[in-house]
Amino acid sequence: MKHIYIWGGILVITLGSVVGDVLLARAMKQVGDVHHLWRRVGFWTVVARVLSNPNLFLGIAAMAVAFFSLLFTLSWGDVSLVAPAAASLTFIGNAFAAKIFLHEKVDRRRWIAAVLVAAGVALLAG
Amino acid sequence: MTLRKYLVLAGVTVFGAAGDSMLSHGMKQTGNISLHHLPSVILAVLNPGVAFGIVLLLGFVVLNMNALSWADLTYVLPATSLGYVLIALIARFVLHEQVSLLRWLGIVLISGGVGFVAGGPMLTSHPHHETSATAVEPEPVAVSRGLES
Repeated sequence: MKHIYIWGGILVITLGSVVGDVLLARAMKQVGDVHHLWRRVGFWTVVARVLSNPNLFLGIAAMAVAFFSLLFTLSWGDVSLVAPAAASLTFIGNAFAAKIFLHEKVDRRRWIAAVLVAAGVALLAG
Repeated sequence: MTLRKYLVLAGVTVFGAAGDSMLSHGMKQTGNISLHHLPSVILAVLNPGVAFGIVLLLGFVVLNMNALSWADLTYVLPATSLGYVLIALIARFVLHEQVSLLRWLGIVLISGGVGFVAGGPMLTSHPHHETSATAVEPEPVAVSRGLES
């Protein structure tokens, strides 16, 4: 029964992280390249444009869900399982989500990179 | 890819790794925090290590948002995962901790992943499709600029 709680928690952390990352990436793509914008419209206009994007705050909310889920899951399971499992699954989940929702071209090169990094993180933190 | 963009990606990597390390260092000084006494987390912020860690992580967030404005999520995440390697190397050579064979293998895998993604294009999505109605006037050269690698 405890395993179900732990893996359920890891799933919620992963989902929160993936949704947060995708929304943050979408928000910044909608804002545009901040270096070019800064030169053209000035620093404070860029800041105002970033802070007026609703996806940014939805992304932060999703990341907050992931953070608090991590706190709760750590009270049920070991950090050596929860942290690397969630981090690894987030790398793989982000590759799927970026392809579907951000229309990024996740080619073989990027899949291999995501899998290698996910495996590496699992080994490193385990 | 310009030097400035390399510096931003390096900044994401270093600020993230240094921020996590400072938070960890500070929280070890603060001691265990029970889930039943969550308000004591607020007091932990008064620890200089934790406070400095939060400042570094704020820098990480700003630089990460900067990178995501001109590069794909599936490029930025693996490219900045060298932070994990950085933390392991600091643990081995600065803090003189033992790093097991499995962890060295993890370092090799992450480095390989970074090498794979770094050789490819930085941006494959089309920002002008994502641009909201409130955005500035269209910039036709933005996509071709973003594709430079």
